Amino acid sequence: MKSSVIIFPGSNCDRDMDVALKKFGFKNQMVWHNDPNLPKSDLIILPGGFSYGDYLRCGSIAAKSKIIKSVVEFANSGGLVVGVCNGFQILIETGLLPGALLRNKYLEFICKNVFVKINNSENKYFKNIKKNILKLHIAHNEGNYFCSSDELKFIEDNNQIAVNYCNKNGDISEENNPNGSINNIAGILNKSKNILGMMPHPERMIDSYLSGEDGSIFFENLIGNLK
Amino acid sequence: MKVKVIVTPKNGVLDPQGKAIQQTLNGMGFSSVNEVRQGKYFDIEINEKDEAKAKARVEDMCKKLLANLIIEDYQII
Repeated sequence: MKSSVIIFPGSNCDRDMDVALKKFGFKNQMVWHNDPNLPKSDLIILPGGFSYGDYLRCGSIAAKSKIIKSVVEFANSGGLVVGVCNGFQILIETGLLPGALLRNKYLEFICKNVFVKINNSENKYFKNIKKNILKLHIAHNEGNYFCSSDELKFIEDNNQIAVNYCNKNGDISEENNPNGSINNIAGILNKSKNILGMMPHPERMIDSYLSGEDGSIFFENLIGNLK
Repeated sequence: MKVKVIVTPKNGVLDPQGKAIQQTLNGMGFSSVNEVRQGKYFDIEINEKDEAKAKARVEDMCKKLLANLIIEDYQII
């Protein structure tokens, strides 16, 4: 399985993602944002970080970069694209995923471990996953998912909510909502379920000595579903 | 010519920065401040002599980059 991680100026989770993908068997390559063409890939990852210093709006400048045209074409033809954290913000700004990510409700940069519950496992990312509550890490300032009530109804009706913030028992409530996201939304899918954007970082949870291993479950499961 | 753009959060969209500024102003004694909404201001120097054409170009820029129309409104002045 071939994966490509796109690097933008200011990306800073690209190498962690590279390590994670390789650990679980992907043949990963790093792709510079200014490259006009995408290498042949089964999976494209937009990593976390602060692309273009978060200027204008997080992800807005990266969403206009040269490589993004190829990423949009790849995604629109059914290719798997994952955006984590800033990568999620970039997917939102390209219009590949609906809604917007606002400044966190309590104006804090949040850096901590959280639990997320998988809401939709009928897709390549979460199908067959052995746990439905994962402990993952978040680190962001603008992760407060927002959309209009009509759009929320649309994404709920189409089962596009991928993961919600919860506690260790899977309780999705306001007290387990770190950033003010509507309905504790931590990640969403597009209508066809080939594009996933989420604030939590699975690549930071791939080693029991350093953090935790629920990210490993995500990557192992994903490559298993692609084989 | 120069075209100016103001981008503001839409009504109903949470603006935690504006809220924090409002609370700070209230705390400083500006007790009559009921609400603050924080936006962005752009000064755009555009190589175009016709004002209508320049503003039409800037409107296109607002829709495509300067504002996120899901959460923001823009005003060309």
